[in-house]
Amino acid sequence: MSEAEASSGVGLGDRDHLLGWLMLAPSLIYIAALVGLPFFLAIALSVTSATVGDPSIHGFVGLGNFVQVLHESAFPLALRNSVIVTLATLILTLVLATAESELLVRDFRGKRLLQILLILPWAMPVSLAAIDWLWLLDSEFSPVDWLLRHMHLLGPGSPLGPANHLYYYGKEWLGLGAIVMINVWRLLPFATIIVLAGRTSIPRDIFEQAQVDGAGFFRTLFSITLPALLPILMVASMFTALLVFGDMAVTALTTRGGPGYATQVLPYWAYLKGIDGGALSEGAAVALFMFPVLLVGAILALRMAYRTDSQGDQP
Amino acid sequence: MATLELRGIKKHYGSIHAVDGVDVVVAEGEFLAILGPSGCGKTTLMRMIAGLEMPSAGEILIGGKPVTHLPPRARNVSMVFQSYALYPNMTVARNIAFPLKTRGMPTAERDAKVAWAVGIMGIGHLLHRRPARLSGGEKQKVALARALVRDPALFIFDEPLSSLDAQVRTMARGELRQLHDRTGVTTVYVTHDQLEALGMGDRIAIMQHGRVHQLGTPQELYDDPADTFVAAFLGAPPMNMLERDGHIVGFRAEYLLPSASPAAAHDDALSLRMHISQLEFLGAEWLVYGEIENGATPQKLLAKVPPAVAATLRVGEQREFTVARSRLRHFDSTTGLRVRDERG
Repeated sequence: MSEAEASSGVGLGDRDHLLGWLMLAPSLIYIAALVGLPFFLAIALSVTSATVGDPSIHGFVGLGNFVQVLHESAFPLALRNSVIVTLATLILTLVLATAESELLVRDFRGKRLLQILLILPWAMPVSLAAIDWLWLLDSEFSPVDWLLRHMHLLGPGSPLGPANHLYYYGKEWLGLGAIVMINVWRLLPFATIIVLAGRTSIPRDIFEQAQVDGAGFFRTLFSITLPALLPILMVASMFTALLVFGDMAVTALTTRGGPGYATQVLPYWAYLKGIDGGALSEGAAVALFMFPVLLVGAILALRMAYRTDSQGDQP
Repeated sequence: MATLELRGIKKHYGSIHAVDGVDVVVAEGEFLAILGPSGCGKTTLMRMIAGLEMPSAGEILIGGKPVTHLPPRARNVSMVFQSYALYPNMTVARNIAFPLKTRGMPTAERDAKVAWAVGIMGIGHLLHRRPARLSGGEKQKVALARALVRDPALFIFDEPLSSLDAQVRTMARGELRQLHDRTGVTTVYVTHDQLEALGMGDRIAIMQHGRVHQLGTPQELYDDPADTFVAAFLGAPPMNMLERDGHIVGFRAEYLLPSASPAAAHDDALSLRMHISQLEFLGAEWLVYGEIENGATPQKLLAKVPPAVAATLRVGEQREFTVARSRLRHFDSTTGLRVRDERG
């Protein structure tokens, strides 16, 4: 922008180029400072011998931290658990979100109330939710155990074993199951809103045409609804997967990765190592192991969403 | 192919009476046009015939069998929506095959049926395209093929031409009517466009406020409207209407001619002195906007005249116009209903 132009009485609003950069500036600064900087800092830390006590990035050790982390027995477990928890949560969330959106797209008595109830988990602070789930699946006072005992499914001489308690957070698969369940409970409202938005944008004519053409509920669902929902389901899976894969709160508040490393996940392990254990550089290395997975996931989901969207739907 | 019978059909949404007692019998193979302004209840009526809505009262019979409370798929009714409602994720071929698939027809038989419908509509070259890659006219043909493919008892059309360009519409009108004549399927055609109703319908039902005002052939409706609503709704321009001697007198614009012209030299004619306020060129004829003194208030009238006659008229002049008494239609001034006693 030359001086002559600037003084010719043309306002800022007329200079698209400058205005564009100005409007973009806040988000660019935000991304650079709070996403970009920590990311490159993490890369820098991961190749040094920095600790919490000495967080300088001078002691260059190359890929030593990565090799070190790879050799720990917790690594394969944490990676496996992260993948299992993410996939299981993803599948359950998508199925339930589709079911909920099919329900909420219809008119019925009490729909408003149901909508509020379904959105509630999303609005709940994580600490409150944690207390709820800790109590629900408590080793001594779990109401779920109590119900199971009363149904004679738990306790001496019953199908679920002689013990009076299941000790959810103390067993590998029950612990992982509990983590998946809490993640589904936590992310379902968000996924439902995304899917419902997609569902309501399908013209009603199509469904009425299917009705007249003789299609029942399941044929309509599989032949009409799901194909039309595919792009939006991709978006919902991307968000759900990224939110679960990178989450440490649920594990930290329930099983704490135990027993041993049986229910450990990558983000919480990175936190324990880097912050709790003080090995800042090793924590950064663990966290960076997640990065390629997240990146590939995001790229794939976005590409699929674009492809289904442009698949002949524009005239 | 079947008859359609509607007996006292009503649809109430709370205090709103969308359809308020409709009785219509459509003969086998007949093309019935349901015509009315938006909000007259024609769409609701059509949706009840298709089974997409349940009537609050009344009975629907298709082929003599009561279907009032049956779901759409138990009625064997084909419907073409205004938007054509093609399934966006399916190719044209799969779109057309869909109604056959839902009833579990074997593949070989299904393919033969699809090929037959595709042949009738002449859309063989489109089979592997998706709906988004079709023009408006092509979409319509695919929708018609899908409606045709399963030998329906009844065709229902919901303004299928309104999303087409004006140029294509006239052609599409002809094709639609031809399709009906070739297949002989009983057809209910809902529209707000009187040209479509007049041009295609064997009979027309004119609706307003949830009721059928008149049911008859296009000629009957045009020449002998049952009330002032039909007279004013049908025809372009609408029927001229004058308050005279406590009656409403109506006559079509093409029958109102200047006295000097030979066609109007009629003994038994009503004479009106008209101030010409505007002349409008319509192509084959001219439209004359005029005003007459009728009691205290001036009354606007329209006349449609051939170009030769229009050449003798000047804007701003007063001229004597006449209309043959046999062309006058009388209506009650309070109820708007036709009075059959043909007085001058």
